[in-house]
Amino acid sequence: MKNLHKISFVLVLIAAFLMGCNNSNKSNSGALSGSAAEKVYVKPGDHDDYYAFISGGFSGQLAVYGLPSGRLFKVIPVFSQDAEKAYGYNEETKPMLNTSHGFVPWDDSHHPDISQTEGELDGRYIFINGNNTPRIAKVDLTTFETTEIIEIPNSAGNHSSSFVTENTEYVVAGTRFSVPVPQRDMPIKDYKGNFKGALSFISVDPEDGGMDIKFQLIMPGFNYDLSHPGRGDSHGWFFFSTYNTEEASTLLEVYASQNDKDFIAAVNWKKIEEYVNNGGGKKMPANYAHNVYSEETHMATSTMKKEVLVVDPTEVPGAIYLLPTPKSPHGCDVDPSGEYIVGSGKLSANLTIHSFSKMIKAIEEEQFDGDAYGIPILAFEAVNAGSVEQAGLGPLHTEFDGKGNGYTTFFISSEVVKWKLGTWEVIDRKPTFYSVGHLMIPGGNSRKPFGKYVVAMNKITKDRYIPTGPEVTQSAQLYDISGEKMELLLDFPTIGEPHYAAGCPADLLAENSKKIFKLEENKHPYAVTNEADTKVVREGKEVHVYMTTIRSHFAPDNIEGIQVGDKVYFHITNLEQDYDVPHGVSMIGANTSELLIMPGQTESFLWEPKQVGVWPFYCTDFCSALHQEMQGYVRVSPNGSSVPLKWSMGENIE
Amino acid sequence: MKRSKVLMLVGVVLLASLFVLPLWNITLEAPQYPEPIGFNIHINKLADMNPNDIKNINIMNHYVGMKEIPETLPEFELFPYVVIGAILLGLIIGFKMNYKWYLVWFIIMCVLGFLGMYDFYLWEYDYGHSLSDKAAIQFKNPDGTPMAYQPPLFGTKTILNFVAHSYPRSGAYLLFTGMILSVVAFFVGRKESAL
Repeated sequence: MKNLHKISFVLVLIAAFLMGCNNSNKSNSGALSGSAAEKVYVKPGDHDDYYAFISGGFSGQLAVYGLPSGRLFKVIPVFSQDAEKAYGYNEETKPMLNTSHGFVPWDDSHHPDISQTEGELDGRYIFINGNNTPRIAKVDLTTFETTEIIEIPNSAGNHSSSFVTENTEYVVAGTRFSVPVPQRDMPIKDYKGNFKGALSFISVDPEDGGMDIKFQLIMPGFNYDLSHPGRGDSHGWFFFSTYNTEEASTLLEVYASQNDKDFIAAVNWKKIEEYVNNGGGKKMPANYAHNVYSEETHMATSTMKKEVLVVDPTEVPGAIYLLPTPKSPHGCDVDPSGEYIVGSGKLSANLTIHSFSKMIKAIEEEQFDGDAYGIPILAFEAVNAGSVEQAGLGPLHTEFDGKGNGYTTFFISSEVVKWKLGTWEVIDRKPTFYSVGHLMIPGGNSRKPFGKYVVAMNKITKDRYIPTGPEVTQSAQLYDISGEKMELLLDFPTIGEPHYAAGCPADLLAENSKKIFKLEENKHPYAVTNEADTKVVREGKEVHVYMTTIRSHFAPDNIEGIQVGDKVYFHITNLEQDYDVPHGVSMIGANTSELLIMPGQTESFLWEPKQVGVWPFYCTDFCSALHQEMQGYVRVSPNGSSVPLKWSMGENIE
Repeated sequence: MKRSKVLMLVGVVLLASLFVLPLWNITLEAPQYPEPIGFNIHINKLADMNPNDIKNINIMNHYVGMKEIPETLPEFELFPYVVIGAILLGLIIGFKMNYKWYLVWFIIMCVLGFLGMYDFYLWEYDYGHSLSDKAAIQFKNPDGTPMAYQPPLFGTKTILNFVAHSYPRSGAYLLFTGMILSVVAFFVGRKESAL
């Protein structure tokens, strides 16, 4: 009994000690949480200061949040079908998800990046990569809709993507998995020396934003993990981190972790561009989809492209160099000045920083340390600017605040670490909850970051929210970085798994955000712009319904003469020209999603009636006071019936 | 040229602004319209305050059975000639007649203005009272009579969920200024002739 007392006394002491620690933490965070609440509180009706575009990872989409509130405004469907918005379900957007493998209704969306002009965010577009079936998508930031998707041939695991150059000359896509180029039937064990890694430079038309693969650099069969553009003096270069320079094809967790150093590949794309413009490179047969959505026709078209220009790196001497970088680097981030290239050796405790000016000098002085498949390897000492020592465990990604500091995520030690460029000293560290992947400072991948907040994107949340069964949300965490020390302000859940994000001041986009589509500009082939022109047209077994919506009715709303076995296309034009007045439509038994049609837009769905009867359809968006009355009927007769095709609105069919 | 003449002519010429500037404006505010909607009344047309406003007002009003705001009115044919007539008359008076006629012109303008307002009132009355008997929403006043939706002739009035504002616009202000100038011209002219 006495012993028990002693033990419990010790336990109490320990507990007191622990609680003491805890308390000091608590009171600290308590004091902070008071002001933190104020810092993230956006009063009802007020607007956030920043947009944050956070990738949905395995959801395939891109989510739009406000900062500092962390409120979710929209999920932009990009690579996955979205029944809510009919994306990938309606006839207009199905072609967006077409690939050389057919219709692929899902992808793993990773790294959004906002278009730039002179190294600063210009807010025209945001690009994002589909990792699984390699694709790059472009989202128009006036409509917040995906308007273009280009498939990347010769690529697999499209991960070191979709980062833009300083003037959005290119959006760049690198392959994480090397593959046979061209694809062919060969033994997997013969990977080494035979598989290739394609780095694709996709030109972006300065006028209309149209994407086109300008060239693919066919690199050695490493894994190209992440990339970032040079800027300032290093504009014209692109940097790719690599791992698996061992070229293992099995049990990579072991066999790709053997080399002490992998590489950051520095690619002088201006030099290669010049080479290509002078007729360099080789046209190679290929097969990849290029899907473009037109805002005028409200329709996407998919074109299969049959050729791609490939460049053998050894044919362009002086264009590519390899910078030895320790421990399977993941993040490859360039500071706002363009001088420093930060490699995050994810199996290391240190960050390795290369210097662009030292790199140029080393190239001039030919300080090489051998080569890999004919590509010169620069001597580590000759390019290394320094390292942030023992900063944490498992560094992944770095962003910059524009005030001379870098912020790096550490996955294993689960923290964000602030350090100083040039002196490489650690200034502050804050825990994340838990296992942070990417982080984002608005404009953090540009010459002009807006260094007020950093958003950390976590892979694991466990106990951070009320539980929702085995599958729990992933999350983002917002830190105030305006002071010397970081301050955790807010946790907010995210869709899917957030990989990278991009952010910008709200002003950059808000005033350009479209409110309606102008009816007079609607060039959809099945659009009708007034009720008098609505009609139903039979072409054999195909029936086209030219329908309109306006508060609070469909025109026509009574249709007869449809037969079992018909393919009935409903083409619905929303005649509204008022902000935030979409109409929806759904048909009983239609093997597809609803439509959600914005003012001035036309969308189509296919209904194949299988049963005789009179079947209702209705508006799915609570559009008006008489929304519940917004409905109609279609009479379906047996196949071969003599019931004539008729339609009406506001009177009974004669 | 005499000061009175100059004042009179300037006053008359101000009327020409009516061919460009709106005379009157009706604006509607509602919770769902953080940016109010409305239309401007010119001597020859009704115009959206912001694109599609008239269309959106019509959509709203059809629920209570109101007619659509017409694309044109017979008055729009007539008004430009009236204004041209008033300008020509004013110029003739300004150049050829003595100051006493300035007051005559002012009185004619007052009569025309009154007739214009009376016409506007008649249209508004009809617009707010001639309701479809099939309207989805039919409100009644406490005394059992059908509710009317006539916008105010001048001022601000609450109509169901809308607050309607009806006020003159720049064209009308210039018209008033022109008319006042003619009166000032009259007094200046009288002073000049007394010398």
